[in-house]
Amino acid sequence: MKLTDIWVYLSTSPLLGLTVTLVAYHAAFWLYTKAKLNPLANPVAIAVALLVALLWLTNTPYATYFEGAQFVHFLLGPATVALAVPLYANLERLRKNLLPLSGALLAGSLVAVVSAVGIGWLLGASRESLLSLAPKSVTTPIAMGIAEKLGGLPSLTAVLVVATGILGAVLARGTLNLLRIEDHAVRGFAVGVAAHGIGTARAFQVSETMGAFAGLAMGLNGLLTAFLFPLLVRLWG
Amino acid sequence: MLGAITLLLVYQLVGEVLVQLSGLPVPGPVVGMLLLFVTLLVRGRAPEPLRDTSQQLLSHLSLLFVPAGVGVMLHFGRLGAEWLALAVALVASTVLTIAATALVMRLLQR
Repeated sequence: MKLTDIWVYLSTSPLLGLTVTLVAYHAAFWLYTKAKLNPLANPVAIAVALLVALLWLTNTPYATYFEGAQFVHFLLGPATVALAVPLYANLERLRKNLLPLSGALLAGSLVAVVSAVGIGWLLGASRESLLSLAPKSVTTPIAMGIAEKLGGLPSLTAVLVVATGILGAVLARGTLNLLRIEDHAVRGFAVGVAAHGIGTARAFQVSETMGAFAGLAMGLNGLLTAFLFPLLVRLWG
Repeated sequence: MLGAITLLLVYQLVGEVLVQLSGLPVPGPVVGMLLLFVTLLVRGRAPEPLRDTSQQLLSHLSLLFVPAGVGVMLHFGRLGAEWLALAVALVASTVLTIAATALVMRLLQR
């Protein structure tokens, strides 16, 4: 069998798409640990860049790749459902700070959607891009679900969400220091609302309290945005 | 493990069916998440296999975004035309969101 025959065989089977996804992610994660968990070396961003380069070099259409990668993609659904478990584990924190947390969540969630869409609109972004941009502060599986439901582009949303997470992890310290906010609970919650899982991972590197509040914020913001955002879209028309 | 995965899928399925029946513009898995959260509230505790499986699944959460992220290659044209608007919106909105959340939370804590 010639090498090209092997390639022709493999390129039509889902095995290849699935395997390269896992291998690329491992490579990206290895680089991320080598970079001492610097948020700029985000493993999702690196894995995506590696795979896009690979597909481009081999002239493989995205649809062919996705036939294999869909097995990974499918797990987003059950993973979203599973977010209920850490949310429940943080219930005590929520109960003790019910008023400040719900107020901050509502403010943060609204500002995230309205400011992103408003600025994008002023600068001339298209409607599809704006709908894909709006849920950018929400954890990816929920954000993609929201974008899909409302006519955005889920894959564009995935990229914008990851970019937001990286930005949040990089910009949070400066922003919060400028505002002279020192309480780790407040700092963590703000990062979690703005920058979901990537911000939460960053917060856990600073302190346990900061991480726990960030994780709580991530779960609550996902839920709230999923219900609030369709209403906003209806108002906007 | 298998029981917990079945449970997660059943909640997702119920969520999807409810969304289809009600016409709510909310993703099915989010409704499933809400239902599971309410179930845990009512039962008063999360069973250990469910906690373990959820943790396993969520510890690799970022891997799950990769296939969709690669889909960015379908949107290079759009990104080329709109990158400035999207980049400014992302940076400004992220800073504003962090600031608004932190300031409101501090205000209400007093």
